[in-house]
Amino acid sequence: MLLPLSAVVLTTTEGGWATFVDTVRQPQTWAAIKLTVGEAFLVTLTNIVFGTLIAWVLVRDRFWGKRALEVIIDIPFALPTIVAGLVLLSLYGPNSPIGVDVANTRIAVFLALLFVTTPFVVRTVQPVLLELDPETEQAAASLGASRFTTFRRILIPALAPAITAGAALSFARAISEYGSLVLLSGNLPMRTEVTSVRILTYIENGNMAAAASVASLLLLVALFAIVVLDVIARRVARR
Amino acid sequence: MSIEIAGVSRRFGDFVALEDINLSVPTGKLTALLGPSGGGKSTLLRIIAGLENADSGTVEIEGTDATRLPARKRNVGFVFQHYAAFKHMTVARNVAFGLEIRKQPKQQVAERVAEMLRLVHLEQFADRYPSQLSGGQRQRMALARALAIEPSVLLLDEPFGALDAKVRKELRDWLRRLHDDVHVTTVFVTHDQEEALEVADQIVVINQGRIEQIGTPDELYDQPASDFVLSFLGPVTTLGGRLVRPHDIEVTTAPVPDAVPGTVTRWTRIGYEVRLEVTPTDGGEPILVQLTRSEAVQRGVSDGAAVWLRETAGVNGAHSPVPA
Repeated sequence: MLLPLSAVVLTTTEGGWATFVDTVRQPQTWAAIKLTVGEAFLVTLTNIVFGTLIAWVLVRDRFWGKRALEVIIDIPFALPTIVAGLVLLSLYGPNSPIGVDVANTRIAVFLALLFVTTPFVVRTVQPVLLELDPETEQAAASLGASRFTTFRRILIPALAPAITAGAALSFARAISEYGSLVLLSGNLPMRTEVTSVRILTYIENGNMAAAASVASLLLLVALFAIVVLDVIARRVARR
Repeated sequence: MSIEIAGVSRRFGDFVALEDINLSVPTGKLTALLGPSGGGKSTLLRIIAGLENADSGTVEIEGTDATRLPARKRNVGFVFQHYAAFKHMTVARNVAFGLEIRKQPKQQVAERVAEMLRLVHLEQFADRYPSQLSGGQRQRMALARALAIEPSVLLLDEPFGALDAKVRKELRDWLRRLHDDVHVTTVFVTHDQEEALEVADQIVVINQGRIEQIGTPDELYDQPASDFVLSFLGPVTTLGGRLVRPHDIEVTTAPVPDAVPGTVTRWTRIGYEVRLEVTPTDGGEPILVQLTRSEAVQRGVSDGAAVWLRETAGVNGAHSPVPA
């Protein structure tokens, strides 16, 4: 696992600190980094909230179509990302049957990332929730807690480690996503171009050092995100 | 009356958990719902708490119709068999939970928590986590948590069922004494007849979704309304075609009128108690007899002896004929 990672970092250092700084400060690259990290952050936040809620509903409630929803949740996992990209393009592209055309916008990036990352939080939280005794929630209710209070005070602290694990996966996936968004986002420089596309361009131009620089930066960001999420999980669980 | 239940029924698919239950729970008393597992007693308790809905019928708590009220608005303290502790909170925070969500001032919450922990003898464990407590301590914490909100009724679902025999006995005595101090209307579910007989003021025997009998421990033991109640509340044996308690049988070594003659075919001594198995002379199932050791010695009852058995006079047994 460490071997390919160190290879990337090594390639970066071959180019020297100057190459790294120049690459990252190049306006088009910097715009791509900001866009990617920002959108990944938003998508992860969305997943934390809705992924947890979906998992809760799936575990605790009985409703018509629950089994179908269980299967639908996993579709992004099973679908090749480029197929997902095509599906999104036909749904939200210029020929959208529902009249929503978000092609070549940042919304397209958000939607594509959300589509491929939805299962992460749901699927990490669900098994932990299944293990949780429903009687603790009933105890909270009998003590006067509303469903929301029970969710916030009882469930969230117990689920925090699972939620952050799912969030870390979702974030890592989002900052590296390529296939599902290239078709719908249009890869417009300075506007909708993400880092993975940027890295590909560098490689196609034979600039390995620059590609490795961007890759190393993404690595750092992912590492940072994982550490931050872990700290948050500990705080919430101990509250 | 603190809780009035009228016409409550509940089905789970084809299974009838409760059928047309009518019950009044007296204020300030300790009432036991007693019966075999799967008989519907826990379902009834959960319906009172609002954790389960009845298909039909009404539940009234302290004069208010609570049938449609969600659990959180019923002001009911509920204690679960497996404690349902909030694992990520300290003992003190567990007990404070109900008060904090009622937005009570901090000072007031702290005082109430301290008072509750004193009541359940857990003062020194306030800052521990539930995982650091024994089963008995966890259940006392759960009780303190339920009592902290000053509930109109306290409901306990097999509260000592997960504990070992010794702790169970201790907590049972302790619950009785606690109830004598606190006087909150309490309903607890148990399948242990000894627990119910020892602790409760009133026992409701529930079997197969129906109430078999309601009464004080003495009434139930001495005047059981059915063979089921008779046999569920203690040991029974068949004497002359009737169900009687083995300790309500008089043993003599000389013939007496209206007695069943037989031979002692088994003689077992357990501590102060002697258990006999008497095979009737005219055949049939062996009859079980319980005597104290001194009774057995005085009457000269020994293994292989010829004996005559009849019901002890003055005991109000069920006297119900055994169904053929």
